[in-house]
Formats: sequence, C-alpha cells, structure tokens
Amino acid sequence: MATAAAHQTDSTAAFHSDDASAGADGFERAFDAAVAADERIEPRDWMPDAYRSTLIRQIAQHAHSEIIGMQPEANWITRAPSLRRKAILMAKVQDEAGHGLYLYSAAETLGASREELLDKLHSGRQKYSSIFNYPTLTWADVGAIGWLVDGAAITNQVPLCRCSYGPYARAMVRVCKEESFHQRQGYELLLALSRGTPEQHAMAQDAVDRWWWPSLMMFGPPDDESQHSAQSMAWKIKRHSNDELRQRFVDICVPQAESLGLTLPDPDLTWNEERGHHDFGAIDWTEFWDVLKGNGPCNEQRLTQRRRAHEEGAWVREAAAAHAAKRAARTARTTETTGATQA
Amino acid sequence: MTTTVPASAALSLGDDALVLSHRLGEWAGHAPVLEEEVALANIALDLLGQARVLLSLVGDEDELAYLREERAFRNLQLVEQPNGDFAHTIARQLFFSTYQHLMYAGLAAGDGPFAPLAAKAVKEVAYHRDHAEQWTVRLGDGTKESHGRMQRACEALWRFTGEMFQPVEGLDIDGERLETAWLKSVTEVLGRATLTLPTGPQSGAWTAGAGRQGLHTESFGRMVAEMQHLHRSHPGASW
Repeated sequence: MATAAAHQTDSTAAFHSDDASAGADGFERAFDAAVAADERIEPRDWMPDAYRSTLIRQIAQHAHSEIIGMQPEANWITRAPSLRRKAILMAKVQDEAGHGLYLYSAAETLGASREELLDKLHSGRQKYSSIFNYPTLTWADVGAIGWLVDGAAITNQVPLCRCSYGPYARAMVRVCKEESFHQRQGYELLLALSRGTPEQHAMAQDAVDRWWWPSLMMFGPPDDESQHSAQSMAWKIKRHSNDELRQRFVDICVPQAESLGLTLPDPDLTWNEERGHHDFGAIDWTEFWDVLKGNGPCNEQRLTQRRRAHEEGAWVREAAAAHAAKRAARTARTTETTGATQA
Repeated sequence: MTTTVPASAALSLGDDALVLSHRLGEWAGHAPVLEEEVALANIALDLLGQARVLLSLVGDEDELAYLREERAFRNLQLVEQPNGDFAHTIARQLFFSTYQHLMYAGLAAGDGPFAPLAAKAVKEVAYHRDHAEQWTVRLGDGTKESHGRMQRACEALWRFTGEMFQPVEGLDIDGERLETAWLKSVTEVLGRATLTLPTGPQSGAWTAGAGRQGLHTESFGRMVAEMQHLHRSHPGASW
C-alpha cells in the first residue's frame, strides 16, 4: 500500500488493518474518516459497495472513452498533411490506447475484469464520452479536438488526480501529463491553420464552430440534473460540480481563442465584471440527451467499429491463449522430466 | 547534414519505412487487442521517424512524401501490400523486419555513409523483428484457424520477398549473403511456428526489383492518393 504509513492513524487503523472484529459499522466509520482526512483508499481496503460500483462505472467509462476516442482522430492518420503532423497524431492515438490500458487496470483493482467491461461497452450497457459521437470532417477537427476536447478533459481530470481512490488518482496523474501535451499540440495545430492561407483559417474556424458546444457538454448535465454528483462529491471522487468546471473551462478558452485569432460561436459570451467570470449562452440539452441516448451522428458507427475490431480479433486472442497454454504445458512437462531425472 | 549519402539508396530505404508506416497507421482503432494498438502504432512511429531522417537527406521530406507520383516511389512492393488480416500484417512484418534488421546491422558495422543512421535504427528494428517473430509463433502454433491463416499469409506474400535481395544503387550490401541470412532466420521462425516455408517463386519479371524501379502493385496508387490528397489540395500551404 503506497500510503501505508499515513494510514496508521488512530482514526483509521481498524479500517486499514484486516481486523474483522471492528465490525461493519466500524469499517464504515473508518472509511468515512479516511475520506474526510483526505487519505487514499487502496484496493485491499474496505469500501462501501456503492463506492466500489460507482468507481467501476466511472473508471470503465473513462477507459471506454479513451479507446472510442481513438476513432475520430485515427480517421485522419492516413491523410495528415505533413510527416511531422502525422507523427504527432500517431503518437497521440497510441497514448490514448495506453490511457485505456491504465484505466482498465485501475478498474481491475476493484474486482472488475477488462473483458467484462469491454463486453458492457460493446453491448451498450456502459457509456463513453458523448463527444466522440461527433464526426471529424476536416483536418482542423484534429486541432479542435486537441485544444477543446482535450482541454475539457484536462479540466475534468486534474481534480481527479486528488480523487479518494488511489489507483484512479495515480492513473490520472500520468494521463493528465500526456493530455496537456496533446492539448498544446492541438492548439499549435490550430494556430498554424489560423495563420495560414485563408482556406486554412476558414477550416480552423469551422472546426471550432462545430466542436465548441459539444465540448461544453463534456462536463455533463447542469448541477441540478446530475444524478451521481452529490454522492461522488461526498466520497471525494469528484471535487467540483459540473457547472463549476464548465465555467472554469470557458474562462480558460476565451483568451486562448483570442490569441488563436478565432471566434467562439456564442453571441452571448461576455465578461461579467461582477462575477469575475464569462457569461455564456444556453447549452442545447436536448442535443446532449439525444447523443447520450445513442442518437448522435456517429454513435452507431463508433460502436460498430469497436465491436468489429473485437470480433475480428477474436481468433488472434484465441491463438495467443492457445499458444500460451501449449507453452505452459511444455514447460510443465520439461520440469517434470528434469525433476524425474534429478531424482 | 553534411554527410553525403547516395540519394537513390536513401530514397529506397526511406520509402520502405514511409509506406510501411502508413500501412501500419491504418490499423489504429482496429487492432485485435489494446496492447497491439500500442505496439503497431509504436512500430509505425519508429518507421516514420526513420523515413523522415532518410527523406530529409535527399530533399524536403514533405515534398518527397506528398508531391511525388506513384511511379517515382522506390519502396519494395512488399511494404505496400494491404494489411489484410492480422496474419498478413504479421507475415509482412516478419519478412520486412528480418530484412531490415540484418541490413541495418550490416550497414552499422561498416563505415559507409549509412553507418550512423543504421546504428540508431537497428535498435528499433530489433524490437520490430522480435514482435513479428513472437506473433508468427503464436499464430502458427496457436489454434487450427490461426495456423491456417498464418500459413496462407506467408504464402501470399512470399512472391514479394525476392525483391529485397536485389542490388540497390549506392547501398553497400551483399545481396546474396543477406538472402542467406534472411532465409535461415525466417526458416527457423516458421519452423518454431510449425509452419511450412513457402515454395512459390520469389523472383521474376513482376516481382524482383520492380518497386525499386517505381513499378508498384495496384493498391499502392489508392494508398498514395489518400496520403497525398489533403497536402495537394492546398498548394504551398504550411501545416
């Protein structure tokens, strides 16, 4: 346990030790005390069932988002307009697969298996971020995804680096480092387009126009409609409300858009001196719920591609398993023979 | 860079890496397991890195990649072959990475103009070769289905292997020795994989040396069209 020393405090000793005599109430009190003291919960620690299942759901859906999120960008790998951009994009898509792997591993520490989680994704029982149901129609979309989508993801994920569940928090530290790198690359891609030919500038503006609102939707429904928020905040899985994070994101993006020389597609966007924040227009929540329900522009396509990759890869995974079993059997036989000879 | 490398050789090796990298990039989001998403992208990135160094020795990397017609590419026909199923991709990787590893090891050991570049690339390529060999053995010695697919893939790609041992202008390698070492290695791996070494022709008018002369197979034109489309749509733009 990474924070074992920190855990040996009076309030939480029973909880972290495997002392069954503490009783269920004792465990729960100790868990609450650990969360209140900002300690990390680790895989072998006792935790409420609902905390475990909420985390499995959230981490799994985060992992699914990473791997579905490879598709809209991979769509442009073979058409990237320079070798430098192609290398950057390939590296990014590779990082996303890596993030998927860390996150499935983090979910597995809670007793889920990657196979079972993938099965839930493929059967539509678990979701992924609604943003990846939008299509990448031009090269500039790759930049808009980097700047806005990764920017929104970072705003969401940085507080998760302090999440109460240790393995998730540690995965987030690694993920955020790479994400912020991707975000800067996306910004830089858009900047090159914005300062390029008139056609390139128009391409960049069009991409920002299409990705802005969906990016704001990434923070989830408004606070008064967010069903998991209160409990997640009490458990310190979540540190800030959806609307707080959305506001933070808008405030960050406005000056960045200005320095990009691009506009944000919101006529109501203005600085509010009194609040010290930008006011912004109303989000189309009908669109949000539609996309979430599976009726976005690419929902069908994304899930079909994911399922197909999995189904068409089945024979490869079976081969790997069969070969591993044969090797294990051969090793066992060799050990037996060697053992017999020695005896 | 002041090293004078023979342009035709740099172009041949650079185009091999560029084209194979592109093919591997097509796998992104389609691989059979997440670990292979990472591995295939990793190999594609290594190859793209090699291509950029090699093409830059000849001229502007983007001009060379995006503004040449298909007849001006000098890559082997092997690397332009479509991905097919995972077994086809692995067979192509096995044949090519074994060749590339032996060739770069030879160049790195010498004192020719490619020695410094080869010394760096050989480390990456050793990993690619290891990856391909491991998968060849897993698929060959896996299930009945994977065995059949791997055998068919080796046979389908065999005719493109002879080209690797043809002389390349400006490249100081002994084609015969390379072929002997390559055949020994591939035979050994296929044996471990319980596969049979293909017996079909590997040389002839339409296989040996054709890619290096700019004669490619039909699918290559479409690959190039896709690769170059955006760049060509915005003449003179920078990205």
